[in-house]
Amino acid sequence: MGERTSLAQPLLALQEVSSHYGPVRALDRISLTVNAGEIVTLIGANGAGKSTLLMTLFGNPRASHGQILFAGQDITHLPTHRISPLGLALVPEGRRIFPGMTVLENIALGHTALGNHRQGPSLDFLYTHFPILKERQRQKAGTLSGGEQQMLAIARALMSQPRLLLLDEPSLGLAPMMIRKIFALIRSLVQSGIQSGVQPETAVFLVEQNAHQALQIADRGYVLVNGTIRLTGTGHDLLNNPEVKHAYLGTLV
Amino acid sequence: MELAILAQQTLNGLILGATYGLIAIGYTMVYGIIGMINFAHGEIYMVSAYVTAIFLAVLHYFGLANVPLMLLAVLLATMFVTALYGWFLERIAYRPLRGSTRLAPLITAIGLSLILQNYVRLSQGARSQGIPSLLQGSFAITLGNDERLVQITYVQTLIIIVAFLSMAILTVIMHHTSLGRACRATEQDRIMASLLGIDTDRIIATVFVIGAAMAAIAGVLVTLNYGSFDFHIGFVTGIKAFTAAVLGGIGSLPGAMLGGLVLGLSESFFSGFVNADYKDVFAFSLLVLVLIFRPSGFLGHPQVVKV
Ligand SMILES: Nc1ncnc2c1ncn2[C@@H]1O[C@H](COP(=O)(O)OP(=O)(O)OP(=O)(O)O)[C@@H](O)[C@H]1O
Ligand SMILES: [Mg+2]
Repeated sequence: MGERTSLAQPLLALQEVSSHYGPVRALDRISLTVNAGEIVTLIGANGAGKSTLLMTLFGNPRASHGQILFAGQDITHLPTHRISPLGLALVPEGRRIFPGMTVLENIALGHTALGNHRQGPSLDFLYTHFPILKERQRQKAGTLSGGEQQMLAIARALMSQPRLLLLDEPSLGLAPMMIRKIFALIRSLVQSGIQSGVQPETAVFLVEQNAHQALQIADRGYVLVNGTIRLTGTGHDLLNNPEVKHAYLGTLV
Repeated sequence: MELAILAQQTLNGLILGATYGLIAIGYTMVYGIIGMINFAHGEIYMVSAYVTAIFLAVLHYFGLANVPLMLLAVLLATMFVTALYGWFLERIAYRPLRGSTRLAPLITAIGLSLILQNYVRLSQGARSQGIPSLLQGSFAITLGNDERLVQITYVQTLIIIVAFLSMAILTVIMHHTSLGRACRATEQDRIMASLLGIDTDRIIATVFVIGAAMAAIAGVLVTLNYGSFDFHIGFVTGIKAFTAAVLGGIGSLPGAMLGGLVLGLSESFFSGFVNADYKDVFAFSLLVLVLIFRPSGFLGHPQVVKV
């Protein structure tokens, strides 16, 4: 710390973060970083605390210990609605699209974080990545299929032109073909920037149970067990780690 | 002759229903957004009647003689002051209880009702108050053979125009502005809305303000029509408007308007053709029947529980 060079500063840094649901501790002194332009994966079993970790970034639940820094700014105590305007966008567990609103309205809501004066990515840009959403734009979002809803949730997050895109199990319930498509999209978003050239340093924090594919596209990864970080390393290292292989990749050691 | 009675009762029912609908909007929007019945809403309507009279007196004192201008000024000023009451109630009484048990805000609402009633009684007196009638005159709509079909006063015409116009404006706001979009998002998933950067506390306060302003429109119109009011009027009218909201499907904005009209019309027909003394009994029986057989109302969603 103390260094002012923005290159050395991680985009997101958690320092010993804990959080609780009532008396139950869900996260126990988590420290991790995500750098600009990186894809970082978090894997862990059901109930490990992955979704809690993402929601804690937004103060819901609020961290009971430790510090959360985004681009050097302490966001630990900011109200929830003040987080996304800083450049974080979450595709939450269960997608949480607004079922009673049209696809277009859902997408427009993603722009809220930018306020009235900043321009987000154009609809044309989103529709080239998600042509199906264009076809469905006047339809109620609740009538979309699961995969289409997932794409809508991602498109909504991209509308705020985030510097950090947080994805909670985007592959859940999707066909293998769709999963490949979404992972390819994540890669291309980081490589090209959310809107080519404008936000080239976009980072992705990807929470997955689908560990194999997630680690393959990741620069680095973390393994979460019972609310604590058990392992960390490059995507490649984790893929070859015997413990990871055994517990998350379904291969016998 | 029968036809004339039918037409007259339809007109009366529409007018009554439009005011129920305006008040019902406050119940339904607040329920939609925080899952709570704001039982103090009827008192907000009552307060607006007093505010109407006060502004009329003030404008009269300053010698404003142009009636349309006076009505417009009174309407806007009453909406503003009443909206402040709505905002203030949410701020001091409901927001601190957010996240506590479901019963706490309900009990608070009933307490607030009593406080508002007694506040008005102490400050304005317990006797019934009145305003002079500002708009006199009426049209008669006749059939071809000169038989009079229905008599409609200027005030009644004003009620119908203003009520439907304000409902239309509110509908446009809710569906075609970013504020309306944020309201609907907050209603559907408050946490997700805040993750997207919507200040949901502000949106909830806005909904109370809108509800109070719509009740104020009803308060101004009814006061112009009847001319008299007391500190008690919020109770029965409030429950009727609540019935309308339930009838239409609580949580649904078009449902509140529709429920208001259905209740107003059926109450008017009942008192015209069956018995005028029992019209309140009729309205409340309707509430009980709806709650038993179709708790989700005409346009509500089947499940009533909100998480
Ligand atoms: N709202 C809540 N209230 C109380 N406990 C909760 C709540 N949400 C999660 N928990 C508990 O916190 C722990 C972590 O849950 P979390 O949802 O973060 O796990 P996860 O790693 O995302 O699991 P999954 O892979 O199944 O999504 C679990 O033990 C869970 O029961
Ligand atoms: Mg989860």
